[in-house]
Amino acid sequence: MSISESARFAWRGLTANKPRSALTMLGILIGVASVIILVGVGTGANQSVTDTLNSLGTNTLTITRKSSDTTQLRNPFVAPSVDAAGSGTNIRDTRLTMSDAEALADPELAPAIRLVAPVVVATRVTATLNGASHPIPSTTGTTTAYLSINNDTVVAGRVFTDTDYRAHSRVLLTGRTVAEALAGGDGSSLLGQVIRLNGKEFTVIGILEAKGVTGRLDQDDRIIAPATAVQDHLAGYGDLSSIVAQAVSAAAVNDAQAQIESILDARHRTNVDTRDFTVTNSATFLNAAKSITDIFTVLLGSLATVSLLVGGIGVMNIMLVTVTERTREIGIRKAIGAGRSDIILQFMLEAVLLSVLGGIAGIIFGYLVCQIEISGFRAVVAPYSVALAFSFSLAVGLFFGIYPAMRAASLKPIDALRYE
Amino acid sequence: MTGPPDRPVIDLRNVSKTYGVGETLVHAVDGVTLQVQRGDYVAVMGPSGSGKSTMMNLIGCLDAQTRGLYRLDGVDVRLLDDRQQSRIRNRKIGFVFQNFNLIARTTALSNVELPLVYAGVPARERRRRALAALREVGLADRIEHTPAQLSGGQQQRVAIARAMVTEPVILLADEPTGALDSHSSEEVLALFDQLSAHGRTLVVITHEAGVAAHAKRVLQMHDGRIRSDERNAPVDAPPPALRHPPTGVAS
Repeated sequence: MSISESARFAWRGLTANKPRSALTMLGILIGVASVIILVGVGTGANQSVTDTLNSLGTNTLTITRKSSDTTQLRNPFVAPSVDAAGSGTNIRDTRLTMSDAEALADPELAPAIRLVAPVVVATRVTATLNGASHPIPSTTGTTTAYLSINNDTVVAGRVFTDTDYRAHSRVLLTGRTVAEALAGGDGSSLLGQVIRLNGKEFTVIGILEAKGVTGRLDQDDRIIAPATAVQDHLAGYGDLSSIVAQAVSAAAVNDAQAQIESILDARHRTNVDTRDFTVTNSATFLNAAKSITDIFTVLLGSLATVSLLVGGIGVMNIMLVTVTERTREIGIRKAIGAGRSDIILQFMLEAVLLSVLGGIAGIIFGYLVCQIEISGFRAVVAPYSVALAFSFSLAVGLFFGIYPAMRAASLKPIDALRYE
Repeated sequence: MTGPPDRPVIDLRNVSKTYGVGETLVHAVDGVTLQVQRGDYVAVMGPSGSGKSTMMNLIGCLDAQTRGLYRLDGVDVRLLDDRQQSRIRNRKIGFVFQNFNLIARTTALSNVELPLVYAGVPARERRRRALAALREVGLADRIEHTPAQLSGGQQQRVAIARAMVTEPVILLADEPTGALDSHSSEEVLALFDQLSAHGRTLVVITHEAGVAAHAKRVLQMHDGRIRSDERNAPVDAPPPALRHPPTGVAS
């Protein structure tokens, strides 16, 4: 007897009791769908973290000062005020300065670095135009290099140049949120206008391309201006908030980090233990974030696998009931010439059909659910999770179908026929 | 049917079947020796518990004897494995049961095709033969009906069509009229007479004398042994009912 004949018998067996078959499939459907959805949520989280970090710029390194708290922890017997006054100690109050940034832009000592930009951040800046006013969470003063390190481009107008920087020009680039808040509409009419930042006049020369919202952070609610002008009028001539650098390639990020550390160690007279700055690169962030979301995915996936297993036990339960219920049918089939293998094949195919149909429905359902966007986050269907869920449901059908099928086939025809 | 006339289709030699052990030991069939020739029409009679059903199960390879030798068409069935036994049931034996034993929710045509499916006959050929068998039992207009949509007599005729569709060496019937009214019983017995007239070998288990009157040879069983063995007509002659009018089924 051919497989297709057995499949036909199995199909007839399934359709003979439709509600029961449908409920059993529902168990598998839920199992498979939850594997796909939960793994999809994990993958989606992974993707979203990766996207966010990539939008911050690839191959980038950020040099920040170590907070004084940390310095204090590292040197519990030396008060910060002593640091500031002391001149003969290794620990100086010098943080990150413009000259630090310039020193890093040295192709001799730092060949792995392509671009360096100082970052001055002014807080509590309010922009006003003709009575409209808008508080700006982030006003960045920097150089032209920052824009290319950060993948920032303008959709209208122009970026500021090195000439603007050297001339301390009061020009600026705005994010879309700021432009919309001040000029109304889509904000494009703000281009070329003179706005006031804390009362100081600046000319809007460009509107930055939108970067979107990450979590609760609106990346378009910002202003970028030449660092010289920001220091002159908004932030003062204190320390830099940070220095950003771009390595010549992704592979050179570690070299670049080492070169930055050695240049700054020399300038700050520090070493690995006394360092008053920290260098981080986006790859480090990315790997840390990825390893967390990977654990997340595995955790969710294994939870979902449990529900798939429960669905499989449902299949086994129904197949055992089916075998008992159809003992006479098995007896008739054996009496008219069905062999052990024919009976095993029929009942096993019935179990496999149940779980495979349930699995396909689960894949479709899981896929549809993954298309739903919840607060800007969307689960990503991972192809491997579909393959995993499907093959697992197939295996569940085979595995949980074998025992009832063997039981059905091992009945003596006369016992099966006598069964009431 | 043609074949070696001297070799019996059914050859039981001192066959016993016991159930239980020790004090509860029951001899359902107790040392039966029996030969049935090709073309014979045998009725096995006896009260319930006489072992006639057990003997039919042994003859039909549904059950295995405890002792003795059984050759079906020259083959010692105890030497066969499960697959070969199911093949022998499929090729050499056609069963008709008291309660029809059709597969529920399955059309008459599919029920009759079933043994051919297990025999590996291609679909087109299967359908042709099943339709022919159903036509022979007078149910050509009921092929798409399920057992629940058929009367008892019609169900039994579907069962006979299913038993005969593989052209088996013997037809085994266990109380074939036990669940039927007298009219349906006559239809079934008339079918058996026709099959016998065409040279088929039939073994019918019954406790009704009216049924046994159709057979060429009548065996009486009691306590697992054959009590008597009477011949009403020669093996190669037509069955008694077709030579002279039947004595009446319901008598």
